Amino acid sequence: MTYIRHIEHENIVHRCFRCGYCKFPSDYSDFNCPSYKAFGWDTYSPGGRMWLTRAWLSGEIETSARFAEIMFSCVACDNCKDQCVFPRFKDFLPDIFQETRAELVGEGRIPPGVRDYFKAVAVSGNPYKLPQSERGDWAKGTGLKPYTNQKYLFYAGCVGSYDEVGKRMAKSVGKILVDAGLSVGILGGEEGCDGNDVRALGEMGLFAQLAQTNIEKFKAKGVKEIITLDPHALNTFKKDYPGLGGRFQVRHFTEVLAELIRKKKIKLKAYPVKITYHDPCYLGRHQSIYQAPREILKAIPKAEFVEMHRSGPDSFCCGGGGGNFFTDILGTAEDSASRVRVREAVQTGASILAVACPNCAKMLSDAVKMEHLEERLEVLGIAEILERARK
Amino acid sequence: MSDIRKALVDIVGERGVSDAPEELWFYSRDPGVLAPHKPDFVVAPKTAEEVQKIVQLANREKIPIVPMGNGMSLAGLVIPLKGGIVLDMKRMNKILEVNPMARYVVVEGGTSQGALKAYLQKNHPTLRHSIPDAPSTTTIAANVSLHGQGRLTNQYGFNSDMVTGLEVVLPTGEICRIGSPSIGPYWISKGPTLPDLSGLFLGWLGCTGVITKVGLKLYPNKKIRDAELFVTDRLDLIPHILYKLTHLEMLEDINVWFQPKPLMFLGNYHITIFFTGDTEEEVEFKRKMVWDCLQEYMDSKDGGFMSIQYMKPMLLEMPGRNIADFADVPKGGGFEYSGPIAPIEHFPQYAAKVVELAAKYNVLYASTARLISGGHSMMYSISFAFNRNDPAMMDRVEKALDEATAFALGMGGIPWKPNFKEQKMLLEKMEPNARRLLLMIKKNLDPQGIMNPGNWEVNA
Repeated sequence: MTYIRHIEHENIVHRCFRCGYCKFPSDYSDFNCPSYKAFGWDTYSPGGRMWLTRAWLSGEIETSARFAEIMFSCVACDNCKDQCVFPRFKDFLPDIFQETRAELVGEGRIPPGVRDYFKAVAVSGNPYKLPQSERGDWAKGTGLKPYTNQKYLFYAGCVGSYDEVGKRMAKSVGKILVDAGLSVGILGGEEGCDGNDVRALGEMGLFAQLAQTNIEKFKAKGVKEIITLDPHALNTFKKDYPGLGGRFQVRHFTEVLAELIRKKKIKLKAYPVKITYHDPCYLGRHQSIYQAPREILKAIPKAEFVEMHRSGPDSFCCGGGGGNFFTDILGTAEDSASRVRVREAVQTGASILAVACPNCAKMLSDAVKMEHLEERLEVLGIAEILERARK
Repeated sequence: MSDIRKALVDIVGERGVSDAPEELWFYSRDPGVLAPHKPDFVVAPKTAEEVQKIVQLANREKIPIVPMGNGMSLAGLVIPLKGGIVLDMKRMNKILEVNPMARYVVVEGGTSQGALKAYLQKNHPTLRHSIPDAPSTTTIAANVSLHGQGRLTNQYGFNSDMVTGLEVVLPTGEICRIGSPSIGPYWISKGPTLPDLSGLFLGWLGCTGVITKVGLKLYPNKKIRDAELFVTDRLDLIPHILYKLTHLEMLEDINVWFQPKPLMFLGNYHITIFFTGDTEEEVEFKRKMVWDCLQEYMDSKDGGFMSIQYMKPMLLEMPGRNIADFADVPKGGGFEYSGPIAPIEHFPQYAAKVVELAAKYNVLYASTARLISGGHSMMYSISFAFNRNDPAMMDRVEKALDEATAFALGMGGIPWKPNFKEQKMLLEKMEPNARRLLLMIKKNLDPQGIMNPGNWEVNA
């Protein structure tokens, strides 16, 4: 069967000069595109994807497992968008890659890991294939109650609900929110997958279903304000849900915790430790939230905060964005993003690598083990650090 | 070919070899207008020893090898004209040594200009290298192998003049050190006082070996950089103005540019004058010298300094990220230029030719010339933008560039980083004994003719 390929922004793909600025951070100190860093071929860089997409749309190259791997190895970190030197179309680079993946989904030619991810989410409602009934188990002992008519809904997301590292993170945030006296509830077994990574990977039909279901549920329960654990959820709730009729006030938990510290609702004691911080792509580059996590860490008495060489808008992705957390197309070789990132963290001399995203927490925790850095570096969620520093 | 693939995998591992359609398609072309040609393999070595084994294999099997950095010459210099192996050198990107007192750095050939800049800024902030205007992804070895230029070219010559030693894998597979590193541990001279063997590789565009290490001179990185922009509509005065400026012997870089768009630039010639200093006093002194030097043109109302506060960050940025913007003026992702090296006295003729060619071929032009070695010559870029979705426009640009090169040769200029067609034009014009010498060198160094074939192919 012959497919007529089409992507919304195909009138732009030929405009890439393939100059390669998109591979770097602003100071050029290292390659900042995780897939290029991991695979080392120009085809796996943003410019490579642009040129290959053009060739693919025109039929010069065919759909293949390699082509699919190239497209699905993009972690949607948005570094290319920030670094591209062409102001008139740079903002559309991630859209072009996402649309190409969506076309591949339409053709049914996607990597097995991506297929399995979609299947698991479609069938089980989560990528872990775990029962929906267990989704809220992480909240036991936090004091969090089911959402009825509280001011805030705390949304944990799939990783926060099912992954051990993610659950630890969710638990610490939940406990602090409750202890600070916030009116907050959770959906627990009623919570659904937010769909951010489903969308990033191009399964637009499944994403629409997930989003619509969530929107209807939120509306039915009278949810107005949402606090997310996961920057991925934050991103799609803020960027994509409004277009589907889901308009909610959404904040990331770090924004809320920073505010609670400012209002003295969280009281901190001295915790003398050196901490560095990894900016999650969906919190930083996608949502421009850079200060709240730093404000929290700098508020801890006696703690020393130190930046990694690549930080803020120049931060290097952990490799878990755009669905790669589940599909693992980047792999775990020496130049995989998470391993590079923890080596960079150790260079700061910090003993704690603070994270604000459960995906990053898991990716970087695993990388610490792979790099045998367990004695030197601990990966902790920001709320977990606060737990240690709370009076 | 499957045996060859296996042999390559044995050398560099599975992740270092590709014959997938995607890589073959991508590495068959560059961003310029020349037609693509597919390689048989793309191989990414990580060490000189791996390069050596690949070259030995290619020699045995008579397979062409094309060493490649980032492929941004725009002149098709890494298009594998006769197939074979494209060597993507960018995984050889270690910065091996900085000798701050002797002011040099030794890098692996695939080190990017951007990474070296960042490394020096972080670790040796008082030192700098001559950063080209090419994108930061371009590599050190590629730049010197095509006689690249950079921000310090007005002061110190071509970037290849700044080489302090090379490590090269010869076409027959030997790893060879060139210059002082062939004698001792210091990378302080590419040639003198020895016979300068670096000339066997610099400017040869990968036709005589694979450069795996480069020693490069570093220079003082002054604390302050500044610029002035002198504007005149008197084309005939440009050589005189440049001559006066170079007489000051204190300027970092001098560029002359003109372009028809945006319209505020049309009809004027802009001379960007860069200078540096460690103190405000030093910078202001240099500024005063520049102004005094050009006072007569202001008195005669033939020119003046333009206020550049709003554009200064863009002018001072290294590399100038805005330069790539030209590729998107026709909303099409491409430009290419002919860049003859010519005496500064010929600036008016070259400038007139650019405008003439743009009108004749109905293409968009921009031109930036850079002074070399204090005005000994200048690189005159004749740039035309094109829309990659418009093959007819690309064809017109190719013809305009061919004509520009013919014009430059007629004027006694030397095309910079010539494409294979320009190389042929050059060789036809070259004095026969010089041409025979080139042939002798190429034949002796590369008896199988495997290195970047199609380039510098000398007919006796």
